[in-house]
Amino acid sequence: MTEVAAAEQAEAGAAADAPLLAVENLRVSFGSTEVVKGISFTTRSGRCLGIVGESGSGKSVTARSLVGLAGAGATIQAGQMDLAGVDLTRQSQRSWRAIRGRQIGFILQDAMVSLDQLRRVGDEVAEPLKIHGWGTKAARARKAIDLLASVGVPEPEMRARQRPYELSGGLRQRALIASAIALDPKLLVADEPTTALDVTIQAQVLDLLAESKDRGTSIILISHDLSVVARLADDVLVMRDGEVVEYGQAHQVLHQPRHEYTQALLDAIPSEHTRGTQLVRPAAASGETVAHRARAPIDYSRPVLEARQITKVFRGPDKVDRTVVHDVSFELLAGETLGIVGESGSGKTTSARIALALLPPTCGEVLLDGLPWSTLPPAQRRPLRKRIGVIYQDPLSSFDPRWSTGRIITDALRTGPRPPSSKTEALARAVRLLEQVGLTERHLPAAPLRLSGGQRQRVAIARALAPEPEMIVCDEPVSALDVSIQAQVLDLLTDLQDELGVSYLFISHDLGVIHHMSDRILVMKDGRVVESGTADEVFEHPRNPYTQRLLTALPRLAQA
Amino acid sequence: MSALAIPRGHVRGIRIPVRIGTAVPLLFVLLVAVAAVAPGLLTDHSPTAIDIQHTLLPPSLSHLFGTDDAGRDQFTRVVYGARESLGIGLGATGLAMSIAIALGFAAGLAGGLVDTAIGRILEVAFAFPVLLLALLLIAIRGPSVTTEIVAVGIGSAPGYARMVRGQVLQVRQAGYIEAAGALGHSRWAVVRRHLFPNAMRPLVAMITLGIGQSIVWASGLAFLGLGVAPPSPEWGALLDSGRLYITTSWWLEIMPGLVIVGVALSVTSLGRTLQHELEGAAR
Repeated sequence: MTEVAAAEQAEAGAAADAPLLAVENLRVSFGSTEVVKGISFTTRSGRCLGIVGESGSGKSVTARSLVGLAGAGATIQAGQMDLAGVDLTRQSQRSWRAIRGRQIGFILQDAMVSLDQLRRVGDEVAEPLKIHGWGTKAARARKAIDLLASVGVPEPEMRARQRPYELSGGLRQRALIASAIALDPKLLVADEPTTALDVTIQAQVLDLLAESKDRGTSIILISHDLSVVARLADDVLVMRDGEVVEYGQAHQVLHQPRHEYTQALLDAIPSEHTRGTQLVRPAAASGETVAHRARAPIDYSRPVLEARQITKVFRGPDKVDRTVVHDVSFELLAGETLGIVGESGSGKTTSARIALALLPPTCGEVLLDGLPWSTLPPAQRRPLRKRIGVIYQDPLSSFDPRWSTGRIITDALRTGPRPPSSKTEALARAVRLLEQVGLTERHLPAAPLRLSGGQRQRVAIARALAPEPEMIVCDEPVSALDVSIQAQVLDLLTDLQDELGVSYLFISHDLGVIHHMSDRILVMKDGRVVESGTADEVFEHPRNPYTQRLLTALPRLAQA
Repeated sequence: MSALAIPRGHVRGIRIPVRIGTAVPLLFVLLVAVAAVAPGLLTDHSPTAIDIQHTLLPPSLSHLFGTDDAGRDQFTRVVYGARESLGIGLGATGLAMSIAIALGFAAGLAGGLVDTAIGRILEVAFAFPVLLLALLLIAIRGPSVTTEIVAVGIGSAPGYARMVRGQVLQVRQAGYIEAAGALGHSRWAVVRRHLFPNAMRPLVAMITLGIGQSIVWASGLAFLGLGVAPPSPEWGALLDSGRLYITTSWWLEIMPGLVIVGVALSVTSLGRTLQHELEGAAR
């Protein structure tokens, strides 16, 4: 407790405009590998510092070092790491406990993991109060309810008695924030606080953090998503490979970046501005020369896939029927991209599985090239399956873990209309496919486990292309990827469409990605199509209130 | 595993680290395997050569494990007993796995009524003590190697069947099963090419463990006089015949006992290593 007393003394003595947190030359290494290579930054009360970077940039380790949770085996060195005059480099495990919660609040990405599933939400929220010996048990329980109310949890008394798994993702994240702000810490460290959330919930959580900032809390927001950071941050620090690439005021970094990496990151964000263009610009070309797509014409007379009033009812373990997809109809034309956008639970993935005939619809019918598809017996459907490819969000789980890249692709070639007649031919064609998706012969013997996320998705695309399909169902194909890798994969998909005239049924929760990719869009909510039209119609003149809400909630760079 | 790491062998993509903790059990199992295949390589004596002048001799250089009440070299008898003991271990595990695969896959793939029916059968089998089952079989067929294999095999099958069923249910949910279906492969091809190998993979280690366990089971049955009859040098039978002399000639019990423990321990440790490697390779 002496440290805390000292901290409070020091804080009282500090000048009002002095930085709350000053970090200088922070280095974190695990064994001989240095993951944070000497970074410096400061934060002040009532301001937000956004730390942006892709996976492996060291942004999370930086955040964890600030709360003494860098993990076993981490060596932390810093020229300076002071929080209101307290040297954070000299804390024992014990004194960290006095600082965490009281001085620094920590919010993690996944509230499901961070909250103890077996304890009541109220007890979890009151936990920091208890650790720091705040009040009596009854007072803490009351305070927990107040905290839940203050973060906008409806019916806080009832929620406090529930357990984390009974709450939705958004409510859980709010409970976590309530717990982090329980003791009114001067600094909040939020590591990807909205990444697992739907866009409307994300907006609410960001608003909550903004309120906290307005009350004078200093926030460090770690995110891979520049548009999320743009919404909240006053200063932005861009990290790559453990180093600072660029550090400055948010407006400057996000609108006049000095470093080309920051520029590339910004360019890679798909949105309405990037439609019909490449997200990854060749290094030589500057902002002005944007290469537009030269795509194969869409054949408006020929729907390759047609869903007619499909409905899917699932019977839950409680014997209650749930209508997951309700009266959904759409047509996918030859050569076009039809985007389906919706939040989690909107029925978009179920619709895709019905389109793939992996799931029979309860009512309605899916036609392939105008002929019966979903109503066919499985044996007659099997030879037609080659005409619809599929790409999943998590490519790794869609590969047999024992198989090499080469085997995965040659196997898919054999299901196609022109099965290779020899092993040599199969391998040669597999190499051509790999080259088409930007990989090389070297990747043929590789196990997908050993490939990077982007490479895995390329293998998945190569596999989908192998049987020469007319259309590919893409179910959240870039959601698990870093923004620059996402840009490469999206570019690859549009290039392939230009080249092969393949149609995409493109499913995503990300409005930017959907706008960038789609010709026409379906907006789904609670199993129904609430709006449909061309991409520009839906995005520029949304008629449905839900679509309007979605678009308002969408964080945009322009707001910075 | 860094300090003791000597060169790594590559077996079909699975890295088996060669280190002391693996090398010793591996060597021991190989030795027992040699004894089972070609016992003549390990000893000059005959397992049945009676020598009344040298009965119950303690271990010495000429008789490593001493001699028994008929003057037979105990080491030679242990070596010649390897074939039957190992045979029982492999046979029983093989039988158990065959039953388990049949029941586990039927239950896991068919689901519904079939699953429920098999589940009930397995529960009854679980409730039935293995020893009682063995006694029943031996009472019907008389003690023999085959009876022991059948008894131990059937006795340990329900446990494996449960595991196989669980694996099938888990792997069925995997993304690559759906992806293979979406490519247009038939149900049977998906089961054969993806489901079976991936469901069985984690069980390889369990099978290895099962071999050691079966040997111990079989020895136990023989010790109780329910297995192979004493003139045979099967390890359990050796224990049974040495029982009378345990106070005067300890080596008749201890030496074969140590070999049984050694085999069970080695096989178990190899199984663990294999399990570790397979799980490491899977993710």
